[in-house]
Amino acid sequence: MWASAAVSAAKLVIVAVGLLTAVPVMVWVERRGAAFIQDRLGPNRVGPFGLLQPVIDAIKLVFKEDLTPANVNRGLYLLAPMVSFFVAMVTFIVIPFGAGKDITVFGVPLGGLSVAPDLGVGVLFLLAIGSLGVYGIVLAGWSSNNKYSLLGGLRSSAQLISYELPMALAVLGVLLSTGSLRLDDVVTRQAEHLWLNFIPQWNLIPQAIGFVVFVTAAFAETNRLPFDLAEAETELVAGYHLEYSSMKFAAFFMSEYINMTTASALIVTLFCGGWTFPGMQHFSGWWLLVASVGAFFVKLAFFLWLFVWVRWTLPRFRYDQLMRLGWKGLLPLATLNLVWVGVAMAMRWI
Amino acid sequence: MVTAFFYLAAAVGLVSAAVAVAHRNPVVNVLSLVVTLFCIAVNYALLGAEFLAAAQVLVYAGAILVLFLFVVMLLNAPEEQPATEPRPFQRVAGLLLAVAAAVGGVALLMGLRLSLPTQSSPGSAQALGRLLTGPYLFAFEFISVLLLAAMVGALMLVKRKH
Repeated sequence: MWASAAVSAAKLVIVAVGLLTAVPVMVWVERRGAAFIQDRLGPNRVGPFGLLQPVIDAIKLVFKEDLTPANVNRGLYLLAPMVSFFVAMVTFIVIPFGAGKDITVFGVPLGGLSVAPDLGVGVLFLLAIGSLGVYGIVLAGWSSNNKYSLLGGLRSSAQLISYELPMALAVLGVLLSTGSLRLDDVVTRQAEHLWLNFIPQWNLIPQAIGFVVFVTAAFAETNRLPFDLAEAETELVAGYHLEYSSMKFAAFFMSEYINMTTASALIVTLFCGGWTFPGMQHFSGWWLLVASVGAFFVKLAFFLWLFVWVRWTLPRFRYDQLMRLGWKGLLPLATLNLVWVGVAMAMRWI
Repeated sequence: MVTAFFYLAAAVGLVSAAVAVAHRNPVVNVLSLVVTLFCIAVNYALLGAEFLAAAQVLVYAGAILVLFLFVVMLLNAPEEQPATEPRPFQRVAGLLLAVAAAVGGVALLMGLRLSLPTQSSPGSAQALGRLLTGPYLFAFEFISVLLLAAMVGALMLVKRKH
């Protein structure tokens, strides 16, 4: 009882610390990456390669004056960043980030290496809690009593609702081929089927349409360019978080990067085989655990870099284009993917 | 432990339901409705119905009420002012109706024989799926056709005539 609680708590701490560490690292990658894409150097003065820049930024944010504008709706104004941050921190707990099948710690079998491996509804939990994240943005926009903020909040609510549908439909394709809602099963099934006894049959290949739809929807759900209409600097100054300063602003900022990490982890888990890697049958026990966590991180890093890469490559969509893409482009494509998976499974192709 | 969580979720759900009706600010009304629905989902989860809990949050709290909030914010509904002309008849009628509803509700509850599920059902999503595609297949398909018809109907209503 106590041992299993301790193991769960340890996993929780590891995930929380990992997510919070991902934020400064990604901020650094984002700024340096942007600089290299735009043919300049970026922040390179503080520490080696500018690695300490995010630390300085964090100190600046902590010591900034925490201003509350005069005519805001105080309660909701305070609640909004909390909602955003809470949702961002909670969703990761169902994602398996390593192999832990045959490992016991203090007599407690690890099960899958995720915080909540026994949660039967797995990915549904993630989608359900994730869908609450929109309240943070909408409330921030409304309670700030600012036209730009309100426009940002309104845009964001319509955008998130529109892109949740294709996202869920794309997930449905993966669940259909797995036959389980648990992300652990999704991962192991992708590793079980091999082509030529070596190449793992990741969902990425048979469900390429679903993959494209999911990745696109993930960009929209995390409010990243080319879909960052909620904060569109050139039109809305800063959108929903315009009236926020100091750590309240930082809470929004951090939730964006944590959401990005969770979205990348979900892409890796659903479509790219999660923590599995070719040739993993030669590993076992703790070596397997270490190697699988490493494999997960490599894949995660790729998709995190993709988020940065796309941000500094594509211009922002116009609002009507965004809606057209969501409803007339992604939704039919996701449905097509679902039909294809159903047919392919009935014919025993996948 | 489970009982404590049940009472917590039930209490928070009831309070927020009262706020959803009583508060003057429409945005606060919608938000407390979100909290109520979330508390109901927590109670579903405590009963072992994980799938229902997730679906409740995903559909009601995460999607439908976001649309509510969207409309309320878009119309920028003002805070409701207390009625300028008092209507004594309404008050009396309201009070009587409330008492009648309370008495009826209590009577109904006394008559009910409720029991908790004796064992937590593992893989309840699976069990639900079996039921929906097995014994209740016809009803399931019928409801989905009905919803589709409602959707097409709504599209036809808002379609502009050129």
